Amino acid sequence: MNKPFRRRDLLGIRNLSAEEIIGILNTAENFREINQREIKKVPTLRGKTVINLFFENSTRTRTSFELAAKRLSADAVNISVASSSVTKGETLIDTAMNLDAMSPDCIVVRHGSAGVPHQLAKVSKAAIVNAGDGANEHPTQALLDAMTIRERKGNIEGLEVAIIGDILHSRVARSNIHLLTKLGAKVRVAGPKTLVPNDFAYLVENNLEVCPNVETAIENADVVMILRIQSERQDSAFFPTLREYSIHYGLTNERLELAKKDAIVLHPGPMNRGIEISSDVADSSRSLILDQVKYGVAVRMAVLYLATGGAASGE
Amino acid sequence: MTDEYGLIEKSKIMDGARMIRAVSRLASEIVEENHGAKDLYIVGIRRRGVPLAERLVAKIEELEGEKPLYGIIDITLYRDDLSTVGANPIVNRTELSADIEDKKIILVDDVLYTGRTIRAAMDQLMDFGRPSKVQLAVLIDRGKEHRELPIQADYIGKTVPTKKAEIIKVMLKEYDDTEAVWIYEKP
Repeated sequence: MNKPFRRRDLLGIRNLSAEEIIGILNTAENFREINQREIKKVPTLRGKTVINLFFENSTRTRTSFELAAKRLSADAVNISVASSSVTKGETLIDTAMNLDAMSPDCIVVRHGSAGVPHQLAKVSKAAIVNAGDGANEHPTQALLDAMTIRERKGNIEGLEVAIIGDILHSRVARSNIHLLTKLGAKVRVAGPKTLVPNDFAYLVENNLEVCPNVETAIENADVVMILRIQSERQDSAFFPTLREYSIHYGLTNERLELAKKDAIVLHPGPMNRGIEISSDVADSSRSLILDQVKYGVAVRMAVLYLATGGAASGE
Repeated sequence: MTDEYGLIEKSKIMDGARMIRAVSRLASEIVEENHGAKDLYIVGIRRRGVPLAERLVAKIEELEGEKPLYGIIDITLYRDDLSTVGANPIVNRTELSADIEDKKIILVDDVLYTGRTIRAAMDQLMDFGRPSKVQLAVLIDRGKEHRELPIQADYIGKTVPTKKAEIIKVMLKEYDDTEAVWIYEKP
């Protein structure tokens, strides 16, 4: 049963080895072609049930997981918090046990609190896939980012990657930092001091640098990853105004000039145009934002396949 | 003699020279049956059907002066034993870049045994379009008594009656260090 690269739950990137990450990425490569077919469906997960349990709003990620499940012929059920018993006072564990009683094969969960997927994994018989938990991790986002980078750059090892913005609240940043450093990239982070923990390097042992300003981080980068300003998480004021943020930290063509000539730009979406990224950068040929969305479906197909018992592709 | 999996070597049923002759004959039969190479589409089934398909394509081009279309099918996602094999097998890519609509498909595999691989390959083909016909070419047919589905080959390199405990190993230079077909037996 325990073949290499097999892991039933995908809770985060942090506990994966470089080999396991590459195994998932290679499997996703092989699923890409299905999304280009006229009949975008294979019978692989016929009879399996995938529940998308979303305690936070999401259009892109939920749709992406739903399409991934459907293209593998699994039955996908979407539960969002507004329509669930949680609003009637049910505890998280009770919700999970009740869903479990209906024998799903996989539960994809997004929650505003870190650690929720890990709790579910302890009580559920289904495979648990983390679709974002608080400020902790968003593993499938990091995987699709890695797939986008590999597609354009060939390899991740040795690349210089700048991650700009609200690092503090960003699960995308955490998952990406784990993944990129595990695969041998050099990661530099920058943003408002209030949103970049100084001791962030504790996350990984090496290859992570906290930069004093955006320019230093972007200089000579192969990849510039822009994070979304999460206004819904800004209860206290981390920076004075959005205008000021955009002046000091927004990615403009001028700042992008500091990066390598063939540098690419990623953004996990949804974008705030004119704030963290200017429209001319977002719409330029260096921006691979729509590729990220495209590869997201293939990555999630691979993750669902592996979570329900698949072995990862080699080479 | 035993191999790395503890299988006992029984006999060599084809060497490299015989394999070349068998592939040449299969290529001739295919073009004869289909009146040339027009609309022919040779599709290798991963893994060992792929090099055999490539050899058939080269041979047919040599015979007819026209290169047939060529593609690769990976049947993993269409297997009928996914829920029972424990770990799902590794997925590789299907490459059917040319349209299969109204083409004469020749599926190529190394060994025909239960017929389940061929069923999976045909199901996948149908998701890509509607070929005018589908035929099957195999290097080794292990005999009709093993078939679990009503599937037969149209072109056969060699029919080798076997027992269930026996294993046919087709060794090709693309994957192995030699070119031969061997019968092994489980101890």
